Amino acid sequence: MKSASIIMIIGSALLLGLFVFPLWSIELEAPQYPSGIGMNIHLDGLQGKEKHDLQNIDGLNHYIGMRKLPKADEMWEFSTFPKVIGGMAILGIIIGLLGLFKSISPKWFLAWLILMCVLGILGMYDFNAWMIDYGTNLDPKAIMKMTDADGNPLSYKPPLFGTKHILNFVAHSYPSIGAYMMGFGMFLTFVAFWMGNKKVKSLKA
Amino acid sequence: MNTIGKYLLGVAALILMTNCGNNNSNSNSGAMSSSKAEKVYVAPGEHDEYYAFFSGGYSGNITVAGLPSGRMLKEIPVFSQFPTSGYGYSEETKPMLNTSFGFVPWGDAHHPDISQTNGELDGRWIFINENNTPRIARISLETFETEEIIELPNSAGNHASSFVTENTEYIVAGTRFAVPNPQRDMPISEMKGQFKGPLSFVSIADNGRMNLEFQLNMPGFNYDLAHPGRNKSHGWFFFTSYNTEEANTLMEVNASQNDKDYIAAVNWKKVVEYVKNGGGKKVAGTYAHNVYDEKTHTATSTMKEGVISINPVEVEGAVFYIPIPKSPHGCDVDPSGEYIIGSGKLSTDLSVYSFEKVLKAIENKDFVADAYGIPVLSYENTIAGVVKQPGLGPLHTEFDGKGNAYTTFFISSEVVKWKLGTWEILDRQPTFYSVGHLMIPGGNSRKPFGKYMVAMNKITKDRYLPTGPELEHSAQLYDISGDKMELLSDFPTHGEPHYAAGIRADLIKEKSKKYYELSENEHPYAAKSESEATVTRNGKEVHISMTMIRSHFSPDNIEGVKVGDKVYLHMTNLEQDFDVPHGFSIIGANTSEILVMPGQTKTIIWEPKREGVWPFYCTDFCSALHQEMQGYIRVSAANSNTPIKYTLDDE
Repeated sequence: MKSASIIMIIGSALLLGLFVFPLWSIELEAPQYPSGIGMNIHLDGLQGKEKHDLQNIDGLNHYIGMRKLPKADEMWEFSTFPKVIGGMAILGIIIGLLGLFKSISPKWFLAWLILMCVLGILGMYDFNAWMIDYGTNLDPKAIMKMTDADGNPLSYKPPLFGTKHILNFVAHSYPSIGAYMMGFGMFLTFVAFWMGNKKVKSLKA
Repeated sequence: MNTIGKYLLGVAALILMTNCGNNNSNSNSGAMSSSKAEKVYVAPGEHDEYYAFFSGGYSGNITVAGLPSGRMLKEIPVFSQFPTSGYGYSEETKPMLNTSFGFVPWGDAHHPDISQTNGELDGRWIFINENNTPRIARISLETFETEEIIELPNSAGNHASSFVTENTEYIVAGTRFAVPNPQRDMPISEMKGQFKGPLSFVSIADNGRMNLEFQLNMPGFNYDLAHPGRNKSHGWFFFTSYNTEEANTLMEVNASQNDKDYIAAVNWKKVVEYVKNGGGKKVAGTYAHNVYDEKTHTATSTMKEGVISINPVEVEGAVFYIPIPKSPHGCDVDPSGEYIIGSGKLSTDLSVYSFEKVLKAIENKDFVADAYGIPVLSYENTIAGVVKQPGLGPLHTEFDGKGNAYTTFFISSEVVKWKLGTWEILDRQPTFYSVGHLMIPGGNSRKPFGKYMVAMNKITKDRYLPTGPELEHSAQLYDISGDKMELLSDFPTHGEPHYAAGIRADLIKEKSKKYYELSENEHPYAAKSESEATVTRNGKEVHISMTMIRSHFSPDNIEGVKVGDKVYLHMTNLEQDFDVPHGFSIIGANTSEILVMPGQTKTIIWEPKREGVWPFYCTDFCSALHQEMQGYIRVSAANSNTPIKYTLDDE
């Protein structure tokens, strides 16, 4: 149970990486941008890959009537997400410490993981909903009003995960270091549960 | 013979013929001609290996080319107005062309030289001299913009310039046309002994700032070219001179009478010491010092007065003359600093002097004469060797860092490769036609790159498609990595390149600026956002601070301007991305357009002469909606009451 608890602590502590490293990365490629243009999505806001990338993405987007990219104080997510992630990390560490010193049931580890998964799915849903809104809720006075083959307004929503052609751009949207750290951390908490559970079973047997 | 036998014989004959053919083509071109093309081919999207900065001569500017492709990359305006960018037309850059003679819109740019550290090119700045109104300019190799121009008073024909010492301590300026110093009204025929040829020493600070430290008031010969000592001869400067006859008319004959002219050897460290200890005296001399500030994007011109003049005779052991045959031109020092090559342009031999022998001769007071009190060393005791009969009309020499020297011959139109120390001629290659200077990247420093050599020719004739009587000058690129020079390509250059400086691209390209930070823009009339755009009237002056971004101006409708107003259009480009300039022009402006870089502010003046509604527009195809990037200024009668009003989208 001791090593399982330590793994639980490490796993949930890895969430804290999101306070340093970005969660997601969206990279745009076009002939006029040979070295790319893009942004990193951090827990607490957006950051350009290069110093002025956000401004330059906004500059491009104004042709098709997309709103400006949100500043940190313009979306509730950027103040809530850090609290949720910070809270979950602390909660996981406390559970791990309790496992270490009080030998609570490893089922608590699983409960933490399930809660984390639910929150994660909610977060992704929210993120996707924002991107749909951002990519389709366009200025009616947009300079360029593009339609698809069926005559419907074109959606400029970047993919949640993967690569997509949008006009002259190719958009790549993938998790970044912070997300990988979180994913690995969550995997570790499952390992902690599995190890703890095996130990409990062997003790009972 | 059976059929098979005949067949075999036929095949054998074919092979023989094919081989012969190959041998022939090999001996004709010296190398497979396809490999020459490969050597200069830079694939689409790839970069050249070297930057080459060509002086534009009478264009007054510098053109930047890539080597080995010879592709022109940019023209940098330096001494001449340049309507392409608005240099010398915009209010911010007009002070750059200010001189003690007032605004001079043109210059004659001659010899670019790249800054050095420990005798090696460091790629911080490039300097270039102006011959007609003596000046030196410093150009940043981060922005490729002219940052500073300093005028040299009391001088005329600044040709022996702008060569830098090996830690960029000093840069020199000579006097090619001896003049009265101070200038005064006197009969030309009384020139002898009265005219002077001051040599100016300009110090370079760590931030690049130039300062005219002192002028050596030399006898009135024509100081033509110069080279600083390198390595062991660091601390010395060598200047060639002609017209030691001091003739003032029909110079081509009268200045060619003396069998020998002089190289002036100057121990500048000694002179600097002398000045530091209070030597020399301050004499009159008015000169402009123009500095461009990257933060305000504005140049200021300061008129300065007085310069420390030094009588060379009064500085013990600092200035000597070395005799050199027949009206020398180029004066070059090899990477070790031991050999000083003087090119007597009317001589059939090339004289090479030994720095050590020069020092010894000075030590032994081995003087054969004196010229106006300056000791003249003996030719025989300073000469290291003579390159015998290398060609006709030697002009300039550069080095490959492997013990070889390359000298141009104007009259016989060729480059000759010879060996330092043995003076033997190793190779010669024709140039097309009548080569002036040549350039090996780093070839005048301690550490030449030694791979390519460019010959800059004065005469083009039939090298390219004819373009009427006036032709761009031709340059040839040679591969000098092997034993023999190999002509690779031929490309036109702009203006008249008198010299060039080359540097490995990686020493510059990573630090090349992509745009100016808008947040660091300190221009007093910058509008750093659309909400800061303003139109204000001050008497008859109207100041419009306007922004530019893809694809509109703000404001784009302006009213309240009147006939007779002086309208200052201060344009700020709000873009913060690489290669997104916006241009600005307006109908009826008696000036050029301006091309404004991202983050920059530039101003032109417009003085509307007629009532009406006058359009302005962006001159650089900036975006898909570039054609829509336009606006109107309403001009009312001088006595009208139209109020100042400016809008964007009627807001």
